[in-house]
Amino acid sequence: MKSISVTIDGTRITVPEGTTVLDAAKKAQIKIPTLCYHPDLPPVSACRLCVVEIAGDRLLRTACSWQCRDGMEISTKSALVRDSRKMALELLLSRHPMKCTECVRNGSCELQDVADLLGIRENPFEYRERKGELDLSSASIVRDPSKCILCRRCIQTCEMVQSVSAIGLEGRGYDVWVDTPFGKGIADTPCVSCGQCIDRCPVGALYETSHVDRVWRALDNPQKHVVIQTAPAVRVAISEEFGLEPGKLTTKQMVAGLKRLGFDRVFDTNFTADLTIIEEGHELLGRLKKGGKLPMLTSCSPGWINFIEHFFPELLPHVSSCKSPQQMFGALAKTYYAQKFGIDPKDVFSVSMMPCTAKKYEADRPEMNASGYQDVDAVLTTREVAVMMKQIGIDLPNMHEEEYDDPLGVSTGAAVIFGNTGGVMEAALRTVYEVVTEKPLDDIEITAVRGMEGIREAEIDLAGTKVKAAVANGLYNARQLLDKIVAGTADYHFIEIMACPGGCIGGGGQPIPTSQEIRAKRTEAIYTEDRAYELRKSHENPAVQLLYKEFLGEPNGHKAHELLHTHYTAKSQYQPDSAA
Amino acid sequence: MHRIHVIIAMDPHTIAQGARSIKDALVKNIDLAGLNQDVRVVETGSLGIYNKGVVLVVFPDGIYYTGVKLEDVSEIVSEHLVKGRVVTRLRYSEIPEESRAEEKAPRFGKQVRVVLKNAGMIDPESIEEYIAQDGYEAFGKALTELTPKDVLKIVTDSGMLGRGGAFFPTGMKWGFAAREKSDEKYIICNADEGEPGTFKDRLILEGDPHAVLEGMCLAGYAIGAHMGYVYIRGEYHMSIARVRRAIEQAKKQGLLGKNIFGSGFDFDIQVREGAGAYICGEETALIESIEGKRGEPRDKPPFPPSVGLWGKPTIVNNVETLATVPQILLKGGDWYKSLGTESTPGTKVFTLVGNINNPGLIEVPLGITLREIIYDIGQGIPNGRGFKLAQLGGTTGGILTSEHLDLPLDIINLRSVEAGLGSGAMLVVDDTHNVVELVQNFAEFFNHESCGKCTLCREGTGRLVELLHKLTSGCGSEKDIDLIERLAGHMMKSAFCGLGQAAPVPILGCLRYFRDDFIAMAQQNQQRVPVSA
Repeated sequence: MKSISVTIDGTRITVPEGTTVLDAAKKAQIKIPTLCYHPDLPPVSACRLCVVEIAGDRLLRTACSWQCRDGMEISTKSALVRDSRKMALELLLSRHPMKCTECVRNGSCELQDVADLLGIRENPFEYRERKGELDLSSASIVRDPSKCILCRRCIQTCEMVQSVSAIGLEGRGYDVWVDTPFGKGIADTPCVSCGQCIDRCPVGALYETSHVDRVWRALDNPQKHVVIQTAPAVRVAISEEFGLEPGKLTTKQMVAGLKRLGFDRVFDTNFTADLTIIEEGHELLGRLKKGGKLPMLTSCSPGWINFIEHFFPELLPHVSSCKSPQQMFGALAKTYYAQKFGIDPKDVFSVSMMPCTAKKYEADRPEMNASGYQDVDAVLTTREVAVMMKQIGIDLPNMHEEEYDDPLGVSTGAAVIFGNTGGVMEAALRTVYEVVTEKPLDDIEITAVRGMEGIREAEIDLAGTKVKAAVANGLYNARQLLDKIVAGTADYHFIEIMACPGGCIGGGGQPIPTSQEIRAKRTEAIYTEDRAYELRKSHENPAVQLLYKEFLGEPNGHKAHELLHTHYTAKSQYQPDSAA
Repeated sequence: MHRIHVIIAMDPHTIAQGARSIKDALVKNIDLAGLNQDVRVVETGSLGIYNKGVVLVVFPDGIYYTGVKLEDVSEIVSEHLVKGRVVTRLRYSEIPEESRAEEKAPRFGKQVRVVLKNAGMIDPESIEEYIAQDGYEAFGKALTELTPKDVLKIVTDSGMLGRGGAFFPTGMKWGFAAREKSDEKYIICNADEGEPGTFKDRLILEGDPHAVLEGMCLAGYAIGAHMGYVYIRGEYHMSIARVRRAIEQAKKQGLLGKNIFGSGFDFDIQVREGAGAYICGEETALIESIEGKRGEPRDKPPFPPSVGLWGKPTIVNNVETLATVPQILLKGGDWYKSLGTESTPGTKVFTLVGNINNPGLIEVPLGITLREIIYDIGQGIPNGRGFKLAQLGGTTGGILTSEHLDLPLDIINLRSVEAGLGSGAMLVVDDTHNVVELVQNFAEFFNHESCGKCTLCREGTGRLVELLHKLTSGCGSEKDIDLIERLAGHMMKSAFCGLGQAAPVPILGCLRYFRDDFIAMAQQNQQRVPVSA
């Protein structure tokens, strides 16, 4: 690509043609404040905070969207630029409630950050409340339009990353606000509860429905036997909440922290991830042998399940009937585990720590009560667990190390890679290959299904049968594959779909901020963790083997079906108003 | 063969004054008088005469009657049409008695009718009448004698500048799109006329819709587009109906459709109705709206001639621009340049409104002065009051004061005083008005019409209303004036699109020339005596 040179605040630098002023400034070590800009999304140039002055131009231009031209002279610090940014920020702040100490994003708020950067000490404009009502309808997501700064990152995310478009702008001018179609509660829209909007919200206008108090009440109740399961992806991210660089693994410190919080047992969702591979792998083999619906679609990601129920209900027979690892765990905690240790299932309080907000919705699904009790009682996001730890003074990076409890804490490397896009596929192939060929898999790392591209494909030879697999992450990409299935042009046997970009490591319950760079570091940490395991194939998990022997019987057998499998419901995109 | 034509203006204003029943009565009375072979009644668009009730013109005499009532009809028929005696009491009052030909009267004298040459003269619902006035001749000439490059060259050489308000060279814009390689390109006629006080596009569409269609055909031919859209403000019911009818007629005549006159050129036109948002007059917001999205501006670049409707090269031209194009093709660029000034050739259609004796639609050659428009064409300011300011170009227009009365109006001269020609409204304000109330009114308009996309416009327009209201209600201070000035200045420099950048222009203009009005408002507050201690 052609190189061009520009001068920024007197510093001459060379950049490739097409570079934005924002990126060029970064290269020149100049930080330009932004609010509506997000590295995952195309610039919308709405907040006007990143304006710069370009010699010969009568207007200021937004650095996020304006491309450098050869010889351009840019000022990021002129008096006009400084005051223009200040004006934009004063205007935004004057519509923001400034109840920082009561806000979930206190300390991680981009509006606070830029106000600090620009040295805002007073505001000439009086506070005027923004329009829009607090929306508590969802089991997963709270929307508080009063805090919104109209950066549109949530709208873009919902539309471009997820192809859901459950939110958009209402009204115009001074009274514009972000709302659902027809002003319905977000629960009555096709919102899939993925929480990607939360990850990209610069302020506290979007956040998860909190289960913190619910969990504290259980922990404080001596009658309750409180167990927690931790999802694969949380262990590579929680350290970010404590100020560490993304990609830092603190699994054992996290386990110690959870024990300090008072959980009676700290278990691992990885255990049921291995179990999922056994169940789902056998389901796939069954479909291949008996001519069942193909391609088979994975079912671990609850945001994805919501998506297909809303948008492609006709394809539901393609979805594996396996519950997600979270729900398999919940079912076993109140049956197998309770029986084995002589605990009354009504006293078991089952908590999960998830990178996900849709897991809260999933746990609330009425069909998820195999034990006769709700399988999972509370779902904490990675962020909420960090809040609880901080509440009692746990400094995670400085915690000692502890191990997961037996038996539901035993797992393999195949389970931990569930956290990455392509991980379920890779884990399944590791097992299915050996089950079918009865030969050991030489190269256990199936790199064809790894990576960050939206859709990836691979073919594996199973004793003469070629199995064609595809992997999609992000629902926009998933939609492309589903459209192909509908059109009859998808010749795959097995498709893994994760609702969130990068898979669970990029989930809506993970530490904020998120970006491709951050997700890549978490992904790498997951693969590092996999390599550290001695056992790296799900069917080698001894605790899972024992579970079948002691309790379940055969994979896909009667008991397994009763506890570990589920069914799906076609949903309309908009729920009718409830009868008056 | 009809000996006499009676033209009756049918625009929403005259219709409200009973033009329809008057037309029916005319036809009936003409029949009764046995004149139906001699006299033809023709409906036309606005004649550019406002606040004067129902307007008729009797040709070939060229006699204008205004304020015509139902009871006057039989007299006009029996006196004028039968006996040839003019009904003097109904004659257009601004015309001096000694002048027989209305065209020589001041109201028309300084006007030059290029865009409006047919408006008010022909039946806009008849393609035959348009064709009889050389209509579609330019298009025919282009298809048979000229290459698309020739058409582009003629328009470029004419020096024509777009009449939507920005005065961007039309030929250059077309050239950008012509150079793009694309399987599809589009021509959009921007008829989303939303400036308060501006209604010239409406009257062009109502009075001469085929001229606009022909301009679109020529633009399409020049750049290689095969589809055109006329995006018309939704409230313009009559414009919409007349354009739709004109499209049907053109299709029937083979002037639109596939392989037009065997030339191999395909071109079709459809109407799109706006839904009431002012911002959709901004070209990229208009494109978003046609695409079915929320009307909001796009980031530029890329500009529509490269990436426009559905991502394809697109020309968005104003109604007046397109209506002028056929005549440039017929009469040549030199003829066009002979009108107007060197920097700004041609004529400009204005709607002259406000404190003016003779408001209405006018067309003047550029280079004319404000004084000529206000005092000659507009017949001055009512009740002998003094001139305070004129605002050119609707609510976003710059402010001109008495020091600019003799400034020849063209883009260079206006730019030098931080104003522009704008889209076509000319608001005249007399010296009894306080400008703070005036700009508060503008600010309220923009607050209502801001799309809400960027911080400066969304929040800024709202805050301007708030601060101006503070002043006009006697609660303001000079600090508020400073804040208004600071905010307005930043909006002009940093708002996302033309709306937010232009909204503060009249406020800054008024602050520049009439700061004392603002200070007087602020001091009202200080002079107020507290009711109790």
